[in-house]
Amino acid sequence: MSSDIILETRGLTKAFRGFTAVNDVDLKVKKGHIHALIGPNGAGKTTFFNLLTHFLPPTRGEILFQGKAITGTRANQIAKLGLVRSFQISAVFGQMTVLENVRVALQSKQGNSFHFWKSERSLNSLNERAMELLEKVGLGSFADTVTHELSYGRKRALELATTMALDPVMLLLDEPTQGMGQEDVDMVVDLVRRVAVGRTVLMVEHNLSVVSRLCDAITVLARGSILAEGDYATVSANSAVREAYLGTAVTDEVAL
Amino acid sequence: MSDTIKNPEQQQRVRVERERRIAASRRNKIFFAVFIVIALVAPFGIYPVFLMKLLCFALFACAFNLLLGYAGLLSFGHAAFLATGGYITGFVLTEYSGLGTELGILAGTAASAALGLGFGLLAIRRQGIYFAMITLALAQLVFFMFMQSSFTGGENGLQGVPRGQLFGFIDLQDNLNMYYFVLAIFLFGFLLIQRTIHSPYGQVLKAIRENEPRAISLGYNVDAHKLLAFVLSAALTGLAGATKTVVFQLASLTDAHWHMSGEVILMTLLGGVGTVLGPFVGASIVVTLQTYLSNSPLGEWVHVILGVIFVLCVLMFRAGIVGWFSKLIQRNFK
Repeated sequence: MSSDIILETRGLTKAFRGFTAVNDVDLKVKKGHIHALIGPNGAGKTTFFNLLTHFLPPTRGEILFQGKAITGTRANQIAKLGLVRSFQISAVFGQMTVLENVRVALQSKQGNSFHFWKSERSLNSLNERAMELLEKVGLGSFADTVTHELSYGRKRALELATTMALDPVMLLLDEPTQGMGQEDVDMVVDLVRRVAVGRTVLMVEHNLSVVSRLCDAITVLARGSILAEGDYATVSANSAVREAYLGTAVTDEVAL
Repeated sequence: MSDTIKNPEQQQRVRVERERRIAASRRNKIFFAVFIVIALVAPFGIYPVFLMKLLCFALFACAFNLLLGYAGLLSFGHAAFLATGGYITGFVLTEYSGLGTELGILAGTAASAALGLGFGLLAIRRQGIYFAMITLALAQLVFFMFMQSSFTGGENGLQGVPRGQLFGFIDLQDNLNMYYFVLAIFLFGFLLIQRTIHSPYGQVLKAIRENEPRAISLGYNVDAHKLLAFVLSAALTGLAGATKTVVFQLASLTDAHWHMSGEVILMTLLGGVGTVLGPFVGASIVVTLQTYLSNSPLGEWVHVILGVIFVLCVLMFRAGIVGWFSKLIQRNFK
């Protein structure tokens, strides 16, 4: 295996009772790439993410991250190794302030998460770093806002800031632009491009214009298996993909 | 989106929010000072043993609230910790009367913490109703163990537990001395819970309660954090039970019965789960009603009256009495 592969799956399979959601997937993600995982609804993209981060145990197969097998590693340990995910539904802590959201992520590296006898004020030393991260995603002026008051787009930006607080080696983004207006989509594209500097990103994305603008490599998943791989030009020229994915996408648009 | 440009309306809101928080913290401090003053003079007007009972149950409810309100875990087996604290303390003080009372109470608390660890390890991976059921089953197990073992005195319980002396020179046989000791224990437990909620650990706990998968993906071992909350809650419950045993000089099966687990849920919900003062208020109401109604002609109706109050509370103010009250204040006195 060449060392420029940061994440690799070998024969990764997840079978639920009578239904194989992810079937024998061999995926390789190159270090430094923004890699897109696309496919019609129900193709197994989110399940695949859940397998990578061990939110679900795989039925078969292996996952290697930075050359080491992480197949049996617990979900929180995977995050500690630097493989950090986001969620389809923006995952923020609604009742906490924006600053606290980022701070609680920074705390994860500090090892004081069990210190129940210390004052909250001991966390203030993290404020500066948290503000830096918030400024980076344009949320500096919202630091004291209670998070559930933020707009959807800003919640996603906050989620990215929180993820960046862990200083991950690789990010897994699950539909970062889902449910957004064009303006917010542009903002997120810009953000992802900025945070991806010096890191690797694997993202599930439905919006093909986002994919074409951002991604170095694309893997198309359909019915749990890899249908095609390559850059945008290769994949979009593939007839099987046009049939399976773009065909479905067109009907999706009609349905909307 | 022009997030970087400071929006005056937004800033205004943030400022209001910050002022509100400062005002709330000032209000809490005043409340606390008033409470201390009242608590210090109360035994001169009210029967101290009743006050001590109230403080013990208030600590019990506060400990339970730490678990339900701040870790989101509904335990239906907290009676086991109350009873364990009581029995172990009662046993130690009876058998080794040379030891100071403080060591006896410490032993009971430690035993409850250890039992809490055991319960927690078995139950913590389950969620919701399954968690409640496992804790209930384990508590029933503990109940029957206490009924069968010899050191607990079976159905009779441990009677005549000596109150002994605090630090070897303060005579706790004196009700007033005992009262101030109980008050100190209550304040210690109460402040420890407050500190826990507002600690680095409390922040993580809050994050876990708000969005567990996200907390995991940030690298937190969610089960271990919940387990700590469970052990802390069990230990403080044990402390309450141990203190109660010293006050009444009695440890009995009543404390281990599942009724007790239900009662603490009632107290917490009645007062307001997840509020600072709620459990105290809830415990006060329940204990007062129980004590005074059982001495009145309405004695047999205690459970019915409590039941009606509980139903009314659930129907009318879901956030409990304190939760409802603070919402009222927020709405009208902003």
